[in-house]
Amino acid sequence: MSSGASPPEQDTTASHREGRERPSRPAPARGRRSSRTTPIVISVASVVVVFGAVGYAITRAEQWPRIKRQFFNWDAMVASFPDVLRGFWINIQVWVIALVAIGLWALVLAIFRTFTGPWFAPLRVFAVVYIDLFRGMPALLLVLLLGFGVPALNLPGVPSSALFWGVVAVTLSYAAYAAEVYRAGIEAVHDGQRAAAKALGLTQLQALRYAILPQALRNVLPALLNLAVALQKDVALLSVLGIRDAVREAQIYTARTFNYSSLIVAAALFMLATVPLARFTDYLTKRDRQRRLQGTP
Amino acid sequence: MTDRIAIRALTKYYGDHLVLDGVSLAVAPHEVVALIGASGSGKSTLLRCINRLVDFDDGEILIDGVSTDDPQFGKTGLYRRIGIVFQAFNLFPHLNVVQNITLAPRRVHGLSRQACEDNARRLLDMFGMGECADDYPEQLSGGQQQRVAIIRSLATNPDVLLLDEVTGALDPELIGEVLRIIKDLKEKGMTMVIVTHEMGFARDVADRVCFLEGGRILEENTAHELFARPQHPRTQRFLQRITDAGRL
Repeated sequence: MSSGASPPEQDTTASHREGRERPSRPAPARGRRSSRTTPIVISVASVVVVFGAVGYAITRAEQWPRIKRQFFNWDAMVASFPDVLRGFWINIQVWVIALVAIGLWALVLAIFRTFTGPWFAPLRVFAVVYIDLFRGMPALLLVLLLGFGVPALNLPGVPSSALFWGVVAVTLSYAAYAAEVYRAGIEAVHDGQRAAAKALGLTQLQALRYAILPQALRNVLPALLNLAVALQKDVALLSVLGIRDAVREAQIYTARTFNYSSLIVAAALFMLATVPLARFTDYLTKRDRQRRLQGTP
Repeated sequence: MTDRIAIRALTKYYGDHLVLDGVSLAVAPHEVVALIGASGSGKSTLLRCINRLVDFDDGEILIDGVSTDDPQFGKTGLYRRIGIVFQAFNLFPHLNVVQNITLAPRRVHGLSRQACEDNARRLLDMFGMGECADDYPEQLSGGQQQRVAIIRSLATNPDVLLLDEVTGALDPELIGEVLRIIKDLKEKGMTMVIVTHEMGFARDVADRVCFLEGGRILEENTAHELFARPQHPRTQRFLQRITDAGRL
């Protein structure tokens, strides 16, 4: 800080007073700029040191070769990969189908729940009871109940595929959560929007469709994507029904060879799918927050 | 001549709290009536009862001699005949200006998209807002947003316009452009009921001013008379406070 330093060339006419303050200001800014890279250097260095040390310690451990053979056996991984990948393709298909079904069904539930007026009371009660019921039940239990239970009934005209009922179970369960996310988004839209829609003559459904939902969906998209990430993994629950998804295929290999590397392959595939989606969700959340900060007057 | 709006013995409770205590008020076609009074006097509630945004407990409201409960209004007729503009603009942020204006004509009144858009652009041009047609609300200043909100309420060609403190959320330098549009509408013959805290504006634009307190109209007179010679002591005190605050 050199406030005594001679001010740089300045017009001595108008901004004389301003000019005298100026030299003292850039000084701290310059200091800050030089240190701007320091935190990054520290971060990178500390990450490398810490994880390097952990990695070193692990691989030097006495038991490491055994662990490596059991979990990270390259040959076993290569051998199990085709089957696990084929299974994973089922996971992806189930995931996409369930996502669409959940997205729609949960929206219906949320709309039921936000309808006002005495005539809609049955719909409201239905939605509340449904959400309580399915949110309170372990998804695994539902999968077992529907996936084994319904096909065992042998009802005429009802699908008897375990896969079908597994997807239904996951959908029923996740829709309860997604409905609450939707509802939060709908309720977060300012009341003035509803008043404006009503004053323009829009019915409740029209107001939802044209005024409220577009805003609500934009608000809850990150939260919904978060659920989608969770669902991606919970699709593996269907393996308990004997559906040969990635986890099931990996288990089959494990049972045959007593080597767990196939499960690591499955884990890697799941992560390959979820991590980018999770990052994308983070990005959306961040962008959304920035937009909101800018938007506030 | 039938009154455009006739409010008869309107009573409204919020829970146990009496907000409108048998209010009666008649508004002639092309007349502009301002409702003034302190916060909580019931003026906004009265305004929102007129287009049934708020339900009332007793009394009735007639539009051109027909009760607002009459089936002839159907589900949407009343909203087409009566436009309302809010303090907080309440534009739809995900729709651009033209989409905001055409939403009701298209979806509620079933007019063709082309006709609605042409009408929207014509209205925007008429009020000097043509350049904003494709902007989104957040890109506009408060004054511009409020002008768009006014134009949106005009899109269905209503006979009556309700203005609920339309300058209340605006910076002082933006109030003028909104008031100008309202004066414009008065000259075009629009029937308006205005709730406002801008006494100068009420005096300029209103034919008649009603002073409300405790859910009743305590005093009602031509704008000039009411501001120059308030009769009721409470009106005098209210106007005195406003004068002291430098708002008149």
